[in-house]
Amino acid sequence: MKRLRQIALAILVAIFVISLLADFIAPASYATQFRDSLNLGSSWKFPLGTDDLGRDRFSRLLYGTRVSLSLGPAAALLSTLIAAVIGGTAGYIGGSAEQLAMSATDLFLSLPWFFLLLTARAMLPLNAGAWSSVIITFALLGLLGWPATARVACAGAKSLRQSDFILQARASGCHGLRLVMVHVVPNLAPVLLAQFWTLIPIYIIAEANLGILGLGVSEPLPSWGNLLRELGDYTVIMANPWSLAPAVLLLLVMSCFQIALSRMENSV
Amino acid sequence: MSRRLLFYLVLTWALLGNVFAQSGAELRFSLHAEPKTFNPLLASDEASETVRYLTGGVLIRVNRKTQAFEPALATSWKVLDGGRRISFELRQGVSFSDGTPFSAEDVAFTMRALMDPGLHSPVGDAFRPAGGSVSTAVSGTHSITVSFPSPVAGLERLFDQLAIESSKSPQKEKAVLGPFYLAEYQAGSYVLLRRNPYYWKRDDQGRPLPYLDSIRLDTQQSRETEMLRFRRGDIHLINNLDPEMFERLAAFSSASARDAGPSLESEMMWFNQVPTSPLPAYKKAWFGSQNFRRAISEAINRGDIVRVVYRGHGSPAVGPFSPANRIWFNQSLKPHPFDPQAALRRLNQDGFRKDGDTLKDREGHPVEFSLITNAGNKTRERIAAMVQQDLLQLGIRLNVVTLDFASLIERISQSFDYEACLLGLVNVDLDPDGEMNVWLSSADQHIWNPNQKSPATPWEAEIDRLMQGQAKAIDPKVRKADFDRVQEIVWEQAPCLYLVTKDALTAISPSVQNADPGVIWPQAFWNAERLRLATAGAGSEK
Repeated sequence: MKRLRQIALAILVAIFVISLLADFIAPASYATQFRDSLNLGSSWKFPLGTDDLGRDRFSRLLYGTRVSLSLGPAAALLSTLIAAVIGGTAGYIGGSAEQLAMSATDLFLSLPWFFLLLTARAMLPLNAGAWSSVIITFALLGLLGWPATARVACAGAKSLRQSDFILQARASGCHGLRLVMVHVVPNLAPVLLAQFWTLIPIYIIAEANLGILGLGVSEPLPSWGNLLRELGDYTVIMANPWSLAPAVLLLLVMSCFQIALSRMENSV
Repeated sequence: MSRRLLFYLVLTWALLGNVFAQSGAELRFSLHAEPKTFNPLLASDEASETVRYLTGGVLIRVNRKTQAFEPALATSWKVLDGGRRISFELRQGVSFSDGTPFSAEDVAFTMRALMDPGLHSPVGDAFRPAGGSVSTAVSGTHSITVSFPSPVAGLERLFDQLAIESSKSPQKEKAVLGPFYLAEYQAGSYVLLRRNPYYWKRDDQGRPLPYLDSIRLDTQQSRETEMLRFRRGDIHLINNLDPEMFERLAAFSSASARDAGPSLESEMMWFNQVPTSPLPAYKKAWFGSQNFRRAISEAINRGDIVRVVYRGHGSPAVGPFSPANRIWFNQSLKPHPFDPQAALRRLNQDGFRKDGDTLKDREGHPVEFSLITNAGNKTRERIAAMVQQDLLQLGIRLNVVTLDFASLIERISQSFDYEACLLGLVNVDLDPDGEMNVWLSSADQHIWNPNQKSPATPWEAEIDRLMQGQAKAIDPKVRKADFDRVQEIVWEQAPCLYLVTKDALTAISPSVQNADPGVIWPQAFWNAERLRLATAGAGSEK
C-alpha cells in the first residue's frame, strides 16, 4: 500500500512538473489558431491533434494542467486557512463564540454556493485578463468553500480543548498564544491537512463544472474545465479519441489524489 | 413444430405492427418547451406559435418561400385611405373545425377580442403601434373593413399572425380554421393535432388538404435527444439546427440534412455608446468613433468565422437585414471587407499608434476592452475567440467574458456597465416597420445607446427621419428607398458589427414528401398541409 501511495505521489509530481515546463515543452502557444488545421487527429506536428478552432490540443492540455493543478491547491489552501481561523478559534474558545461561528457556518452551508459563485462571478470587473479571471475564479472557490472544513476544524479544536493533555498544560501554567501554538495547532494540523487534500480535487472538479457551463476560465486560456467542454460532442471523440486526454488526465490525477488521501486519512 | 408456428406468429405480429405504425400518416416532431397557451391571440413563445401556425386560419398568409402575400380566408383585400383602412372579401363556404360556418362576424369578433385591453394580447400590440383603437365594420356576411387610427405601413403582414376565432362555436377558440385542430394535450409530454375535416384548401387536383391525418408534437428540451430520436426514426423533422449538429447529421444521412441558404438570423457585436455609462472617457471616445468601429469591423475575418464556426453553413453578414429578406435587403451592400491594413490606417487617422505589439491611443492608453456574451453558447464563444485572435493582430487585447443571461441583460439594458457585447439577432418580422423599436434613437431596443431624448448624432437623427418617413409612406418604392438608405447609414457608421448570417438548417426525413424547407420560420413545416409520409418509410435512415 505504501508503494502504491509512492507511485501515486510520483505521478502527481511528474504531471505537475511537466505542466510547469509547458513554456519549454509545448510545441505552440495555447492561443494560436491554425485555422487551416481544424479538428485534426494526432500527428508529429500536433501530438494530440487540434481542436475546432485549430489550436494544438497538446499545448492546451499542458497549460490547462498547469492552471488547474496550480490554482486548485492554492484555492484549497485559502479555504483551509479561513476554516482553521474561524472553526479552530470557535471550537477552542467555545461558548457563544462557537455558537455564533457555527451559525454563520451553517448559514454559508445552506446557501446555494453554485449560484452564489455565478452571481459573484457576474459582479466582478469585466476587464480582467484571462489570467486574472482564472485567479478570480479559484479565489472565489477558495473564499466560498471554507464552511464544511470549518465545522471539522471546530469539532477538532473542541475535542482538543476538552482533552486531558491541554488541561494538564493549563494546570502547568501554559496559557494564551503559547498554548495554542505549542499544543493546539500541531494537534489540529493533521485534520486540516486531510481537509486540504480533500478540497483540491473538489475545486478542480468545481472549476471543470463551471467551465462546462462556460463560466470558468476565460478564453483563450485553457483549463481542464474548458478542455472538458469539447467532450460534449461525441463526434469529436469518435473522430479523434485523443480528445479524451483531458478526461483521462483528470481521472488519473483524481485517482492519485484519492490513493494519497486514503493513506493520509489512515495515518490521521 | 409448435415452436416454429409460434415463431411465425410472433414475426407476423411484429411485421403487422410495424406496418400499422407507419400507415397512420402521423407526422412527428419536437417542441423545445411546453406551449404556454393554446389561445392564438396570446401566443408569443415558439411552442404556442407552432400550434397556432398549424391550427389557425388567417385572412392573409405570407408565403414562406416567395415572401409574397397570398389570399387565405380573404379572397381579396384593398388597402384604403393611405393605410388607415383595409377591406376584405372573405372566402365563402368555409367552416370551423367543429362545422360552425365562418363569416365576417367572426373576423369582427376576433378583432374585438384582440383589442380588448384586458387580454394583453402580444399579437394585438402589433395592431396598435401608435395607440388608439382599431374598429371594424361588417358590410355583408363575407365583407368587412378594419380601420386603424393612423396609417400603418405594410398593413397586410399583420394579418398573417391573426388566427380567426369563432363568434358562435360552443368550442370557442378550440374551433379553428387551420389545417389541423387540437385533439389531445398531455402536459409535459405531447400535443396531438388532428386533420381538420372542414379545412377549406384543396390541392391542384381538387383533393382536400391536409394530406396528413395528424401531427404529434413531443415536448423535448434536449437537442441531443431530439437528434437521436430523429436518427432512430421516432421523429420526422427538426427545425433550425446548429451547424455542428447539421454536419453530424449530414455525415449520417446526407438526404436528411437540408441547407436552405441564408436565414434571418445573424450574430452581431456592438460597442457601448451610452454617455452615462460608467466607462472611462477615453473608452467612450474610442467607441463613439466611426473610424474605430469600422476598423474593428475590418479587422474581423468573417470568412474564417463562417468556415470555422459555421462549417460553411453561413455567410458574412452585411447589415440588419440579410439577403434572406428578398424585398427589404439592400442588394447594393456588401459585407465590410477583411483588411487589417485598412483597419490600421483608419485607427491611425484617429491617433492610434502601434507600440511594439500593443496598439495605443493618442494619450498612450493601450487598446484593451472586454466583450461580453452569454455563457453556454458554444457558437458565440468560438466567434469571440476568433475575434480575439483577429484583433490581436492589430495589437488590441480583447477580454472575452461569458455571463449568465440575466446578468448580461442587466448590464446591457440597465446598468450599462459593459464595453462591447456579442449576441444574436433574429428578424421575425420581414417588414422594416417591425424594426422601429430598434432604429429610432428614442427606442429601448436602440441597443448601443437606448432611450435617447434627442438623437445623439446627426446620422442617428437621419435614421429617425427615414424610419418615420417609411412608416408613414404607403408607396412601397418610397419605403424601400428610405430603408435602403437606413441600411447604408448603418453600414457606414457601423453602430453594430454584423458578423455572420447563419444558414437555415433543417433535418427532414426522406419519408416526408413535398418538404420544401424555407428560410423563414417555420422553416421545415411551413407547408404542413401539403406534407405527406411515404407509406414504406420510417422516420429516417437506419
